[in-house]
Amino acid sequence: MAIATTHDEHHHDHPTGIMRWITTTNHKDIGTLYLVFSLIMFMVGGAMIMVVRAELFQPGLQLVNPHLFNQMTTVHALVMVFGAVMPGMVGFANWLIPMMIGAPDMALPRLNNWSFWILPFAATLLMLSFLTVGGAPAAGWTMYAPLSIQGGMGMDMTIFAVHMLGISSVLGAINIIVTIFNMRAPGMNLTKMPLFVWTWLVTAFLLIAVIPVFAGAVTMLLMDRHFGTAFFDPAGGGDPVLFQHIFWFFGHPEVYIMVLPSFGIISAIIPTFARKPLFGYTSMVLAVAAIGFLSFIVWAHHMFTVGMPLVGELYFMYATMLIAVPTGVKIFNWLATMWRGSMTFETPMLFAIGVVTLFTMGGLTGIMTSITPADFQYHDTYFVVAHFHYTLFAGSVMGMMGGVYYWLPKWTGHMYNETLGKWHFWLTAIFFNITFFPQHFLGLAGMPRRIPDYALQFTEFNQVSSIGSFGLGLSQLLLVYIVWKTVKGGKKAGNEVWDNPEGLEWTIPSPPPYHTFETPPLVK
Amino acid sequence: MSRIKSVLFAGLSLASVGLLSMRAATAGWALNLPPPVSPVGSNIASLHNAILIICVVIFAGVFAVMFYSIFAHRKSRGAQPAQFSHNTAVEFVWSAIPAIILVGMAIPSTATLIDMENTEQADMSVKITGYQWLWEYEYLDHDVSYYSRLATPSAQINNQETKNPHYLLEVDEPLVLPVDKKIRFMVTAADVIHAWWMPELGVKKDAIPGYVNETWALIEKEGTYRGQCAELCGKDHGFMPIVVKAVSQEAFDAWIASKQSAARQDVESGGPDPVRVELATSIAAAGRG
Repeated sequence: MAIATTHDEHHHDHPTGIMRWITTTNHKDIGTLYLVFSLIMFMVGGAMIMVVRAELFQPGLQLVNPHLFNQMTTVHALVMVFGAVMPGMVGFANWLIPMMIGAPDMALPRLNNWSFWILPFAATLLMLSFLTVGGAPAAGWTMYAPLSIQGGMGMDMTIFAVHMLGISSVLGAINIIVTIFNMRAPGMNLTKMPLFVWTWLVTAFLLIAVIPVFAGAVTMLLMDRHFGTAFFDPAGGGDPVLFQHIFWFFGHPEVYIMVLPSFGIISAIIPTFARKPLFGYTSMVLAVAAIGFLSFIVWAHHMFTVGMPLVGELYFMYATMLIAVPTGVKIFNWLATMWRGSMTFETPMLFAIGVVTLFTMGGLTGIMTSITPADFQYHDTYFVVAHFHYTLFAGSVMGMMGGVYYWLPKWTGHMYNETLGKWHFWLTAIFFNITFFPQHFLGLAGMPRRIPDYALQFTEFNQVSSIGSFGLGLSQLLLVYIVWKTVKGGKKAGNEVWDNPEGLEWTIPSPPPYHTFETPPLVK
Repeated sequence: MSRIKSVLFAGLSLASVGLLSMRAATAGWALNLPPPVSPVGSNIASLHNAILIICVVIFAGVFAVMFYSIFAHRKSRGAQPAQFSHNTAVEFVWSAIPAIILVGMAIPSTATLIDMENTEQADMSVKITGYQWLWEYEYLDHDVSYYSRLATPSAQINNQETKNPHYLLEVDEPLVLPVDKKIRFMVTAADVIHAWWMPELGVKKDAIPGYVNETWALIEKEGTYRGQCAELCGKDHGFMPIVVKAVSQEAFDAWIASKQSAARQDVESGGPDPVRVELATSIAAAGRG
């Protein structure tokens, strides 16, 4: 009886204060946790690279010694990849997938809680490695053996942190797949799913396929370090190149794990602000699936200089070049969506256009690096650093920023400050280019990656790049401020927020009630 | 919004004026690959330039369309949205055209790659071994070997002295090679992975313990060429440069003869090679760390 009478109140019967966040199984709360965690990690990883860019402002060693420099570049990459971008994308998935497919929550809510709460502990473990003798890992985020066999306990802590981050990602991916396959509202066929849900479905399969491979690689590393095995030690019959093959079998799909959800975000934003349906939905889905498939069979293009046989080099060159076709399809479809639309340029649209433009530059340098003979010159230089920041920062991170501006009014019920948002976009886009465009030249002129000091002819572009990076770093404080102000208050946002946007998430109030779609909507 | 634009424009103009004046003051600012001095280097450079131009043209074309659309199809100009959402013919065409361009790129790339990987019929062979953090060169046909390490004094690195013009790209003993000879490099490492990179020759090969990777170069022009280790190999990765001194065959013969007689004198005097002793100590220390 008591149960029956309190049933209506049940939905609001959750702990408050800190216990709400620790015990929550609500997809919106967990989405918020992921996004806040991602933002904190983004600032931490950014602070580390500020140290790197300050050291590189002029030739000679000024601020840090080479060992600490290597720790900074290594942990910057690990934090950005595993702390900022991947959790950020999972945050979007948590908030949006149930609202987009008309589900009340994720399929496995307790697992969802656990997936998140592994992360802060893993990140703490990674950070504590700075306090050990020998410091944090300094072998690069790629942790190539045998270099990663050297070094102190910090490397072991990183290996365990990577295990934990991997468990979190795999659990999150399982949850997303189960949710998409089982929780769609009646009428929400796979062919009607928003592209963001599609990109995440492919991403989740990539995660499940490759994260365990990575966990295997670092476990073998751990064995080599402490338990007398010789997987990667030629003196014991092992093979250092084996590590690279395993690492990049994970590492290349990982690139798409980070960027595909961003493609999904862009595909939601552009139609809204062009006031026109997404062009080529079917070919978009097929392109995402094709990119996902190709990502498994191109890994050794990261290793053209290791001395592969000629046929291996040729195969990986051809396979890599193929990726340009589905990627091109996506870019052309976005342009066709804009074509003959009725465009306005609110902050999310600016970010979306920024992503399309700058990611394409990263894609074109990607074609250049796929050309094996030319890659012998580009490999392990600043040209590659520039290339992957155009894909990762401009592709993934700016995509997420656009997504934050697009859905923040929905999540908080408040409009963000449009003028400040536009400032944030322009400062980010301009300083991004000042930071990374000169790095193309540095790489071509002969500056290797991961060096704490450089020859005199590289001074000028390094100074430009460093100045750009300080601006880029400072501009992100604006993002924190805008988000904070929007959470605290601001103009009330209606259900639709924008001008007639497409998708179930715009049919519910802003902010949405704690539980949505308890009765599934009917999708026509 | 217009205020944002004008502020940004002013900032950009200032920045570009600043950059231009910096340009006048210094000699850096190299924009492209250094001029190649080997056939492979030249092939790579022309491949790189061709593909760069193709990419720039594609980028300019595609984004000219986008920026036209941004200009013309905006709500503030009263544009009414069309409602089309697919067009199979167009989608087929813009999948096929990139594929054709890619095939066009793949053909010369394949030819260059086959040439790069052909290390047969070399005139001489040099074995290159990477250590933390120096290089060893062994002339396999002449029984000469020595170590080559950074010559820049640490006072310059620590900003206590004015830096040399070839700061960080200078070694105590360069790799001396004859011009116009096909030289096979056999690249390996003793501890961790390094990479032997000589940009002007178009040669970059990982030096991996347990592997002997082969590559080659034919240097067409006498001169001194400078490169660096290209694979992160620990704390002094940035401090193991590579210097190649390309000389005429006669000069090379004279140089190798003097090296050979010096080596014989060392053996006769019987003392241990001080570099080897120091190296063994440093490797043992690295192992402990």
